[in-house]
Amino acid sequence: MADAGQKTKAGAEILTGSGAVLRSLEKLGIKEVFGLPGGAIMPFYDELMASTTIRHILVRHEQGGGHAAEGYASTTDKPGVVIATSGPGATNLVTAIADAYMDSVPLIAITGQVFSTLMGTDAFQEVDIIGITMPITKHSILVTKPEDVPNALATAYLIATTGRPGPVLIDITKDAQQLSAPFVWPGEVEPLGYKPVLKAHGKQIQAAAKLMLQAKRPVLYVGGGAVRAGAAKEVAQLAELTGAPVVTTLMARGIFPDSHKLNLGMPGMHGTVPAVLALQGSDLLVAIGSRFDDRVTGKASEFATKAKVIHIDIDPAEIGKIRQAEVPIVGDAKVVLKDLIAVLKDDVKPGVPDYKEWWETLDKLRADFPLGYTKPKDGLLSPQAVIKKIGEMSPADTIYAAGVGQHQMWTAQFIGFEKPNTFINSGGAGTMGYAVPAAMGAKLGNPKKVVWAIDGDGCFQMTNQELATCTINNIPIKVAIINNSSLGMVRQWQSLFYNGRHSFTDLNTGADTVMIPDFVKLGEAYGALSIRVTKESEIEPAIKLALETNDRPVVIDFIVSPDAMVWPMVPQGVSNSKVQYARDHAPVWEEE
Amino acid sequence: MTSHVLALLVEDKPGLLTRVAGLFSRRGFNINSLAVGPSDTPGLSRITVVVDVDQLPLEQVTKQLNKLVNVIKIVELEPNQAVLREHMLIKVKADQSSRSQILEMVDLFRAKIVDVTTEVLVIEATGNTQKVEAFLKVLEPYGVKEIVQSGMVAIGRGSKSLTDRIKV
Repeated sequence: MADAGQKTKAGAEILTGSGAVLRSLEKLGIKEVFGLPGGAIMPFYDELMASTTIRHILVRHEQGGGHAAEGYASTTDKPGVVIATSGPGATNLVTAIADAYMDSVPLIAITGQVFSTLMGTDAFQEVDIIGITMPITKHSILVTKPEDVPNALATAYLIATTGRPGPVLIDITKDAQQLSAPFVWPGEVEPLGYKPVLKAHGKQIQAAAKLMLQAKRPVLYVGGGAVRAGAAKEVAQLAELTGAPVVTTLMARGIFPDSHKLNLGMPGMHGTVPAVLALQGSDLLVAIGSRFDDRVTGKASEFATKAKVIHIDIDPAEIGKIRQAEVPIVGDAKVVLKDLIAVLKDDVKPGVPDYKEWWETLDKLRADFPLGYTKPKDGLLSPQAVIKKIGEMSPADTIYAAGVGQHQMWTAQFIGFEKPNTFINSGGAGTMGYAVPAAMGAKLGNPKKVVWAIDGDGCFQMTNQELATCTINNIPIKVAIINNSSLGMVRQWQSLFYNGRHSFTDLNTGADTVMIPDFVKLGEAYGALSIRVTKESEIEPAIKLALETNDRPVVIDFIVSPDAMVWPMVPQGVSNSKVQYARDHAPVWEEE
Repeated sequence: MTSHVLALLVEDKPGLLTRVAGLFSRRGFNINSLAVGPSDTPGLSRITVVVDVDQLPLEQVTKQLNKLVNVIKIVELEPNQAVLREHMLIKVKADQSSRSQILEMVDLFRAKIVDVTTEVLVIEATGNTQKVEAFLKVLEPYGVKEIVQSGMVAIGRGSKSLTDRIKV
């Protein structure tokens, strides 16, 4: 075996496997990575130290690194890269990988593995991470020889970023990192069994156009796939050309401006009444990169029962998984919509299509059931008011990362999103603790934008260690803790469906409690500007100070009412027609 | 539910079988039988899977399998346009009184004796599911001590092959 640093007769440079990983990342244009070293990945970290092109952010926990890479990928045009060692380092990535899988985030996870000669012997810090992550990765590759590194990295990049994006894991044994081989860059790789279809069949486009022209009550049901495809412009064009109403799912908030008159808001369990009932009463759903998730459909057999379905998705397996489509279209949302618009353009004229009556119904729903909230009776701050104020005071291109629970829903409801990729959250997996590290990743990728983590007191306690990473690496995110002293969404369900029995949901962080931990002291310990807000008059000055502070992270501990609930709501497992506007207050809705 | 026979062409990579089997269990699909072996193309393996599902879930099985990067091609083989075979080895008790009767059955089912002792015979049988099952049934009264059975293997009739237009 030749030594690193030399060249082969053909002129190929000899590199260690570690050097090849680094060189491959450079070739792929990776500039920023997150990670945490350990025994089995040390050869790579030794090479990384000398790199001048790649900035490595040392995280405090691998899960934080994974979510940071997700936040980075979701707000830039690059995949996120996270690096961890074998064993527990790798298993700590599992939650973030599952999260990326559910929300189709292009994530490349690189893990060290024990020596290939020790694999299978229960060696120190050995786990079969490929086996563990098989159901939650788009693909995974085990590398045991240094010469296989370039192809593995190029393949991982291709698979993570194209088609329906997703996480790819590369597990590299320590000997493959240490040994040397000629570095041969494959350029474009074409895995035999991987050919995503981008362009749809013309016949299907024609059929879709015909249905849209005939429909009387259509809805454009836009999901996260449209965001990943970068199809915001095309969604707006299609809506404006036809005048069809738009609903944007949790994963698609911002793809179409909330201020646009054709936008009915978010559908689903906590969607707006107009969005939920528009889908229920529709005669044609145009599903664009959406997957009929149970949180959107409610009881699937009673979802939009009179609607025909045009289903556009780049993943053929999504089509027909939950709901049969009259017109299935496999393709990239951006490409398909462009083709669809081109066909529709010729046939749209005054009065065709005619959605006037439909809009009369929808406008009445909008007038009767606007999003709103009532002031808490206990005199504490209203969480909705806090979140709304943050949205009003922050610049238009601000990025918001939410955790999971009540604060996530209120953020989705009350910020008012105007641009795609300005709201990132854990939609499919529902991973508490997503917000702080994801905001860190988003801020690293968008240093000029304001990045807020809207977090809950429960979520914040799961991943706040990354504030240390933020302070030390000068990544000044802003964290708004919506502190209702409890696992709020679980508490809400307990209040509604478990006779008010609040079983193990009090966290004692907020009003009238011991306040452990003290989030202001905790924030200060991490070097963040930390403020507590308990009165309404303090909300604006605190947000203002946060927006003016850019030399360190900011933590605002908003002490809000634990009794505030997320409304509207469709209880789990029932028809969406049973949407409640507020507690025990269902809209009168005539199903034809 | 009905049985469907799927022929898969896959890249011969470590963990491939785990990926395929894992997908079935994760999505709640039932595998009836699974047979794996080399294909006519080096580097590619051929898997025959028999699944018990209705038509709609079958479409999901096929689409989900197709998403596995190492799966190159999937074809459903219609039983009337394909040859479906199972292979079985049967150890059956055979004393002097029963031996000649068993040999008659072996002849009738076009099976083969592959091992003989004074107490037992080992019989090799090949055929479609019904034939193999019927053979087993007629042997049962004599005392079947052990059986081992391959998963079903299947190939389409006619000149087309699964590896047409595949370049490795």
